[in-house]
Amino acid sequence: MHEIIRYIESYLKTKDLTPGAAGNMFWVLVYIMLVFAGLSVAVIAMNWLERKILAHMQVRLGPMRVGPHGLLQPIADAIKLLLKEDIMPTEADGFVFWMAPFIVVLAAFTVFVVVPFGPTHAITDMNIGILFMLGVSSLSVLGIVMAGWASNSHYPLIGALRSSAQMVSYEVAMGLAVVSAILMTSLNATGTGTLSMIGIVQAQQAQGEWFIFKFFPLGLIAFFIFAVAMVAETNRAPFDLAEAESELTAGFHTEYSGFRWSLFFLAEYSAMIAVSSIAVTLWLGGWLRPFPNLLNGATWDLVFSLFPGVTFLFFAAICFYNTVRMPKHPLFRIQTIGLAGFGFVLALIGMVLFVPAVSMRVQDIFWFSAKVAGFMYMYIWYRGTFPRYRFDQLMQMGWKVLLPLGLGVLVLTASVALLQQKIWHP
Amino acid sequence: MLIGGIMVITRKNPVHSALALIVTLLAQASIYLMLYAPFVAGVQIILYAGGIMVLFLFVIMLVSIDRSMKERQFNSQWVVGLIAATALGGLFIAVYTKGPSIFPDHVLPIVENDNTQKIATMLYGQYMFAFEIASLLLLVAIIGAVVMAKKKI
Repeated sequence: MHEIIRYIESYLKTKDLTPGAAGNMFWVLVYIMLVFAGLSVAVIAMNWLERKILAHMQVRLGPMRVGPHGLLQPIADAIKLLLKEDIMPTEADGFVFWMAPFIVVLAAFTVFVVVPFGPTHAITDMNIGILFMLGVSSLSVLGIVMAGWASNSHYPLIGALRSSAQMVSYEVAMGLAVVSAILMTSLNATGTGTLSMIGIVQAQQAQGEWFIFKFFPLGLIAFFIFAVAMVAETNRAPFDLAEAESELTAGFHTEYSGFRWSLFFLAEYSAMIAVSSIAVTLWLGGWLRPFPNLLNGATWDLVFSLFPGVTFLFFAAICFYNTVRMPKHPLFRIQTIGLAGFGFVLALIGMVLFVPAVSMRVQDIFWFSAKVAGFMYMYIWYRGTFPRYRFDQLMQMGWKVLLPLGLGVLVLTASVALLQQKIWHP
Repeated sequence: MLIGGIMVITRKNPVHSALALIVTLLAQASIYLMLYAPFVAGVQIILYAGGIMVLFLFVIMLVSIDRSMKERQFNSQWVVGLIAATALGGLFIAVYTKGPSIFPDHVLPIVENDNTQKIATMLYGQYMFAFEIASLLLLVAIIGAVVMAKKKI
C-alpha cells in the first residue's frame, strides 16, 4: 500500500519531466484520461459552437430550443445518434466496414499523446514528436479509403478516393511547411534542432520570438501554407468537396448511420484540434503567454496570470446578460434558470482560477487552449465565408501553388538561417 | 508481422491483402523502434503506410475485383519457392547459430536520442552524392509516369 502511494508521489517530486519521460505509468494513465475527457468536451463544445457561430454569421439564430440558447443541443444529437438503427449494406465487406471508423478514430486520438499543453503537461515527449503526429494523422487516410470501399456503392467510393487524394496531396505541402519551422529550431548555440514538440516551444522561448514572426515574412508564409494545408487535410470547408451534402450525398460516410457516423464526426473534430495544435506549437509559441521575453517581470506575469479567470468571468457575464434578456414567459422559466445556473458554474470556475496555486499550474494549458480555440473559430469562419473548391482546382492548388511555395520558403529560410549564423553571429 | 505477411499472400480479396500489408508495415515500424531508430520508424509510417499504401489501395479499388475474386488462387511455382525459402531459412539459421562471431567486436552503444541528427549528418555529409542520385532516380520515375499517363505528349 505504501509502495503504491510512494510510486504515485514519486512523480510529483520530479519537476521537469512528462509522465512518459518519467516512466510513471499511473500518472500516464491519469493524463491520458484527462486529455481524453478534455478532448471529448472540446468536441461537444465545437459541435454547439459551430452551429451557433455559423448561424450568427448567416444572420439567423441557430439552435435555441433544446437548452437555453441551444446549449443542450449536442447532448440531444448524441442521444439521437446512439438510438439510430445500425445499418450495414448487405454487399458490404463486414470486417472492413467495421474497422474503418475505428481506424480513423484511433489515428485522430492517438495523436494527442505528444501534444504539449505545457512544459511538463504532455502525456509523453518523444524526441520525434512532430514526426509521430504527422505519421499517425496520415493513417486516418487509410480509414477513409476503407470506409469508402467497404460501403460498396458509388458515392462513397468516389468520395473516399477524392478525399484521400486530397489528403495525401496536402500532406506534402504540410510537411514542407513543418520542415521550415523545424529548421528555425536549430538556430541556437549548439546548432542542433529538435523534433520534439516540447523542444520546439522551448526553442521559441529561447530565441525570444514566435516562429511566425521569425525572418519576416518567411515564418508567416510557412504558417499560411500550413494553415491552408491543414484545412484541406481535415476535409473542411472550403475543401470539403468529398463530404459536402450537395455534391456526393455525404461522401465516404454515406452508408454509415448512428454510432458509426458519430465516430467519423468525432474523429474529424479531433483531427481539426490535432492539426491546430501542431500549428500552435510550431508557429504560435505553444503554451507561452504573449510576449514572454519582452514584457517579463513580476507585474507582467501577474497581469497575464489573471487572463484565465477573467475569461471565464467574461463568459459568465455574457450568460447573465442573456438570462436577463430571456422572454418573461412561464414556459421559459426552466431555460432561464438553466442559463443562470450555467452562468454561476462559469463564474465559479473563474473564481477558482484566480487562486494563485491553481492559476500557476493552469496558465500554460489556458494559453495553449486559447490559441487552439482561435484556430477552431477560424475553421468555422472559413466554413461560413468561402465557397467550395472544385476538385480539380483543389488538386491544382495543392500541387501547383502550395508545393512550389513551400519549397521556396524552405530554401529561403535555410539560406537566411545560414547567413544569420555565418555573418551576423559567427 | 508474420501474421500480416501470411495474410497478404493468402487472402483472395486484394483489398484485404493490402490491409494486411499495412499491418505488416506498421509492425516493421515497431521493429525499427526496437532497434533504437525512432526516426526511421516515424518516416516509415508517414511514407510507407500512409502514402504508398494509400496509392496501392487507389489502384486496387479502381480496378474491378469481381473477376479476380472469382479466380482460384493457384501456386504453380512451388518448387522454386520451396528452394528459395529453404535457402533463406538456412541463411537465418547459420547467422543465428554462428552468433556474434560474425559481427565486428566493438559495436558502439546505440543512443536513441540523436538518431535523427546522426542520420541527417550522415545523409547530407558523407552520403550526399548517393542522396542526390537517389533523388534524380525518383525524378526520372515521376517524369516517366507522367509521360506514360498523358494522352498527348
